[in-house]
Amino acid sequence: LTEQMPAASSAPLPGAAGLPLDEALVDGRVPARPAERVPELHEVDCPDDLRERIEELMSRYPERRSASIPALWAVQRRYGWCTPDGIRQAAAVMQVTPAYLESVASFYDLLRTHPVGSHQVLVCTNISCWMRGADQLLDAFCEAAGTDRAEAGHGGSNSEDGELLVSGFECLGACDLAPMASIDERYYGPLAAEDAATAVEQLRKGEEPLPEKALAKLGTAGGPEPAPDKRVADAKGPNG
Amino acid sequence: MAETRMLFRNVDEPGLNTIDVYKKLGGYETLERAYRQMEPEEVLEELEQSGLRGRGGAGFSMGKKASFLPRGDMDKYLCCNADESEPGAFKDRELMQKNPHQLVEGIAIAALAAGANRCFIFIRGEYDLQADILDAAVAEAYEEGYLGEDILGSHHDVELVVHRGAGAYICGEETALLDALEGKRGNPRLKPPFPAVEGLYGGPTLINNVETLSNIPHIIANGADWFKSFGTEQSPGTKVTSVSGCVQRPGNYEIELGMPTRELIYDLAGGPPEGHEIKAFYPGGSSSPVLTADDLDVPYSFEAMADAGSMLGSGSIIVADDRVSIPHMALRTALFYQHESCGKCTPCREGTNWTVKMLERLVEGEGTPMDLDIMASVQEKIIGHCLCVLGDSMAMPVGAMVRKFRGEFEALLSSPTEGAQRIGTVQAPAVQIGAT
Repeated sequence: LTEQMPAASSAPLPGAAGLPLDEALVDGRVPARPAERVPELHEVDCPDDLRERIEELMSRYPERRSASIPALWAVQRRYGWCTPDGIRQAAAVMQVTPAYLESVASFYDLLRTHPVGSHQVLVCTNISCWMRGADQLLDAFCEAAGTDRAEAGHGGSNSEDGELLVSGFECLGACDLAPMASIDERYYGPLAAEDAATAVEQLRKGEEPLPEKALAKLGTAGGPEPAPDKRVADAKGPNG
Repeated sequence: MAETRMLFRNVDEPGLNTIDVYKKLGGYETLERAYRQMEPEEVLEELEQSGLRGRGGAGFSMGKKASFLPRGDMDKYLCCNADESEPGAFKDRELMQKNPHQLVEGIAIAALAAGANRCFIFIRGEYDLQADILDAAVAEAYEEGYLGEDILGSHHDVELVVHRGAGAYICGEETALLDALEGKRGNPRLKPPFPAVEGLYGGPTLINNVETLSNIPHIIANGADWFKSFGTEQSPGTKVTSVSGCVQRPGNYEIELGMPTRELIYDLAGGPPEGHEIKAFYPGGSSSPVLTADDLDVPYSFEAMADAGSMLGSGSIIVADDRVSIPHMALRTALFYQHESCGKCTPCREGTNWTVKMLERLVEGEGTPMDLDIMASVQEKIIGHCLCVLGDSMAMPVGAMVRKFRGEFEALLSSPTEGAQRIGTVQAPAVQIGAT
């Protein structure tokens, strides 16, 4: 069998036209480089408050690895995204390899492994919002923020000044507000196309966007409170 | 017929999310009675008798699931699945935001019944506001002694942690949720063993949806027979249904199961906008096979929806009216599952991808007659062949759309409709949502 297998040669393997060659393929083998080990705290220069925050998060769980996602959230809150340095700092505190945390970060949509705008606008483009004009709302946000529409529909696009990220997003669980957007992690809806320009302007000025359309301030959608069913009115327990 | 509000009763009462207002309306009385006067076995028995079915999608008996946990002195876990990410579903968001203590009380009572000491609420990362509200509610409950060590002198401890995810639909699948909670990428596990036997950290674990757990204080306060007086024999209780899409009053409506679907869509949610007719609807979230206007009289219950060839799922109705192009709706649906497939199982990873490619070709007018048959066969080959049902969740609705609206797909072969993907201008609901 070994005779039939091509020997690892030093000649570059042909790469697909237009694609960058993988270093490992050029050499015919993975470059000799030791795997990154678990970093020590003194090697990473982790700010005290971040370290304390991650330690507090780890203490909530029977196993420290459970704090992976919360720790990455903490890194992202501090640095704006999951920077390689931030990941190494968290890895040192958690005593796991940076590669482990990277594998987690790259799995989840809300954890960013590339730089993103300081304000983030996620426009829901799933079924219910789509039916109510989500594509046009995403157009409007892209136009207002000056971001690339095609990129915004495929993972997000940053504005040139780095102020804004605009991204089409999968169902945000607010079809009652359709079409809607999550702006800096809070929900707003239902939005009209002209709300996009207002929101972008407010974000650029450091103001609260569209305060009158914030989910936090809205009553429940749907109908008014009906007269209670007799069985419920006479019942014990909560809500009564 | 009107709504029957039990979980949503007084939902807009100002300050209901605080412990003071919640207690003023009778909150935590049931927890006090359960912890002071009831044996765990009694609580479990009442839950089993009530016939409460899981509200997350599968509809499995909650009490039975809890009874699968082994007895004995070991670390047992309870996870509340608050990863609501099914397109069309938004009930748990509102339950947590408006009435977080109802959920906390339900968790504490369920933990007593199941003998679980460590509890987690796994909430989807996008629900930042709701996670903050839950954090505050949990802190209040600890302060009042409804959570923590030796609750009300019962010798039973309950620790509760709100764990925020980071954006992955797959984490709503219960075993992927466990992996995510253990700090890994959210990939589903092979079952069996089921989580009740070997779940979080390898220990017995009870996993229930937000709405399921929110029902528990009501059942324990009033008894199984009272609960069974609502709904149908096989689907007892009320159900919070999320109605959205082409209706005039999208929102959450709490109804007794068994109400005709037509009443839910027309009388409560206002039906489609003036001058439009319903063409199709997903009865139980985007994973459920679509039904057509002919099915509007099917009662809204677990059993009737199953008989009609679909499912109640999470109880989320998405309505499509005559302006919606079904092939484009199929593409939107498939795109979601393609994006959210975790990639672990080949039929799902490749099947969702190929379905998207074929649908894109089709709506761009480059499809071939063969594509429709290939697409149907791809769906068949996904169903039942993966560790979890994410792939099936695309295959079922897309398969149903191709079957029931084949003519619309075929019409695209000869004349693709330019821009049909955009069904109108931005359109806010006809009825404004009142501010509080």
